[in-house]
Amino acid sequence: MKALALAATTTLAATAAAADTPELVVYTYDSFVSDWGPGPQIEKAFEEVCACDLKFVGNGDGAALLARLKLEGARTDADLVLGLDTSLIAAARETGLFAETDVNAVYALPIEWTDSTFAPYDWGYFAFVHNTDLTPPANFRALGESDLKVVIQDPRSSTPGLGLLMWVKDAYGTEAPAIWEGLADNIVTVTKGWSEAYGLFLEGEADMVLSYTTSPAYHIIAEEDDTKAAAVFDEGHYMQIEVVGRLAGADQPELAARFMQFMVSDVAQSILPTTNWMYPAVMPTNGLPKGFEALVKPENARLVETDRVPALRDEALAEWLAALSR
Amino acid sequence: MARSIVPVSTRSGSSAAALVVVLILGALAAVVSRADVGSGFVGSDWAAIRFTVWQAFLSALISIVLAVPVARALARRRFAGRAVLVTLLGAPFILPVIVAVLGLLAVFGRSGWVNAVLAAIGLPEVSIYGLHGVVLAHVFFNLPLATRLLLQGWQAIPAEQFRLAAQIGLTPWALFRTLEWPLLRQVLPGAAALIFVICLTSFAVALTLGGGPRATTVELAIYQAFRFDFDLGRAALLSVAQLVMAGAAAIAALWILPTIGMGAGQDRPVLRWDAQGGLQRLHDTVVIGGAALFLLLPLGAVVLRGGGGLRLMPSSVWESALLSLGVSVVSVVALLALALPMAAWIATRRSGAVEVIGVLGLSASPLMIGTGWFILINPVMDPSGVALPVTALVNALMALPFALRILVPRLRDTIQDFGQLSTTLGLQGWPLWRWVLLPRLRPQIGFAAGLTGALSIGDLGVIALFADMERATLPLQMYRLMGAYQMQAAAGAALLLLVMALGIFWVCDRGGRWHAEA
Repeated sequence: MKALALAATTTLAATAAAADTPELVVYTYDSFVSDWGPGPQIEKAFEEVCACDLKFVGNGDGAALLARLKLEGARTDADLVLGLDTSLIAAARETGLFAETDVNAVYALPIEWTDSTFAPYDWGYFAFVHNTDLTPPANFRALGESDLKVVIQDPRSSTPGLGLLMWVKDAYGTEAPAIWEGLADNIVTVTKGWSEAYGLFLEGEADMVLSYTTSPAYHIIAEEDDTKAAAVFDEGHYMQIEVVGRLAGADQPELAARFMQFMVSDVAQSILPTTNWMYPAVMPTNGLPKGFEALVKPENARLVETDRVPALRDEALAEWLAALSR
Repeated sequence: MARSIVPVSTRSGSSAAALVVVLILGALAAVVSRADVGSGFVGSDWAAIRFTVWQAFLSALISIVLAVPVARALARRRFAGRAVLVTLLGAPFILPVIVAVLGLLAVFGRSGWVNAVLAAIGLPEVSIYGLHGVVLAHVFFNLPLATRLLLQGWQAIPAEQFRLAAQIGLTPWALFRTLEWPLLRQVLPGAAALIFVICLTSFAVALTLGGGPRATTVELAIYQAFRFDFDLGRAALLSVAQLVMAGAAAIAALWILPTIGMGAGQDRPVLRWDAQGGLQRLHDTVVIGGAALFLLLPLGAVVLRGGGGLRLMPSSVWESALLSLGVSVVSVVALLALALPMAAWIATRRSGAVEVIGVLGLSASPLMIGTGWFILINPVMDPSGVALPVTALVNALMALPFALRILVPRLRDTIQDFGQLSTTLGLQGWPLWRWVLLPRLRPQIGFAAGLTGALSIGDLGVIALFADMERATLPLQMYRLMGAYQMQAAAGAALLLLVMALGIFWVCDRGGRWHAEA
């Protein structure tokens, strides 16, 4: 009890001290706020112009963010949520917690952005990453026929895993179960999240891992290691677009709107590629950082409309479970 | 019986037990209160339940079957490095799942050491992925725990009895029957039940090493219900299923626990005169060597990988380490405050039924407890403000069944052996604890405290739900590093975690056995 009371007092004292500078609370996923993530730099840059205290609250991944928001409901402290992606937008909109915002930007996305509630801040293509000494298959069928070993993430607990599910479903429709059956003997294992899968791949447990086309950029730029590449599949690549949204009940509605505009500004967009390792949603004036030109560029971008995601997701999950549980 | 005579208060014990029940059922009720009409069990849930029970059963069985010879060999041998080995035995148990899995894969994985050796001598590759992989990992986690629990039991046999056995020249078989078998009968069911319950709540290990959705456990289904479907009704239903399975296992195990006394001794160091024969010596050497290899090779891989990462760690890792240390200390205090009165309450009763309450804390999904308390706290205050106390308390809850299993048998013996004397002398309340119970329980308290502290350091559990940017415990920080591609720095953090957990375990455990031979 004492600990509870003490914690309460500390929170109150902290609130009182910060009363003169407005506080803007942004819920986001964990890796965004890590020391190497974009969080610290974004915070510094925005606080220079906003006369406010920007506070990031890290919480698991995109799905965990949404679950937390649903738990808190209208009582949430968050002014903004940053890090939901296109497969979560429908469920997020359904909560009725988000407000529309005008964000002015010329997006550099492979698709046209029309959503008026959420603004994209970065994006990427899902892809299988491999070592360059391997000749990758050209599509899912070829992968299924090969004896290559891959690690994927579980769609029930991870966003990339869900992305792969939608990728196969969108590309193959009713043939998707057959594709999964072909892949079953290639899948070494399924992990809880991206970190575990990528860790297993780096340890040599698999020839390929489900990640992003931009993952090799990390190895090229941060580690000067050009032995990693992403395989281009001729079915096209499923996209992940990460978005930021403002809550209708935000304590600081104007500041929140300013932050959304800031996220698509040149300053923020220049920070994202080498911290979040994704493509910027708006091309920075200086272009992409050196190293990104070496990345493969899929020709065909795939994305299921946000409203169709929930129904398609359930169908695809059932097929995935059936094919891999044999 | 001692029960009617000994003046150990049962009021604080029953309050502690009530608190445990409230903490768990309160969380469950909170989740239910927010649920819409949930769906019932679906077909895949039954498959998950079947897989969960089967792998937990196999893991528990194999762990304890292997632990008997290892503990026996350790109990009757003295060699250089024995104390270090016994401490290291605690290590796999407290490692964060991902660290342990990577360690195991370095040895047993596709490009691991075992397969490298097999390839060198022209044998086909073995795959770790599948039910056998899940069981292998769970044995890796729990064999050390089972061994320590058994060893603890062995050390409770008074030295005088081994001396007597040696004097009258008991054969090894007779010694086993008269001294060791009663002990095993008392310790094994409880240890098996504990391991079964631990494996019931396994999630990431089962999924990763199980090789796919075939290896879906109930805990994964709970995770899916919370995170993927946000179906609180289903999450609550599955949580209840998990509690029932664990409760049933605990009741079954405690039902067959015989209450026996080892007889009183003078707590002299145990010296052994038996098992000096060459064949027995060889047997023990092979057993100890094999167990040490199985446990230490993956740990060695963790150390090797982490060494290079230590200097890459940002300063925030050290801040997190300090924070984790704080949480761990609070957990230990909370644990002792709960466990000692509960153990005393249980020890003065004929049946161990109350101990089942302790097992609930371990079998409840951390995600369920975390979500439930988040729902309860959120209307009153900012949950991240109480993240650390809640984490410490939940860690204490999870460690409670271990602590009870460690404390109760010794406490029961002590009360039986010294109860009447204490009553005659009018000792009760604090003086009874101070002069009779605590001194004789010291090794057990040290072991329980060490286990709790170490477990708490490595636990990711509920903090993930409550945390904010400023306050991240060490395991959470490690995951954040991995999420940002910093695998090497994360490996360094994992090594730091291992060292800290072992350090806490060693300090408490040694502290408990100070001036008392292990």
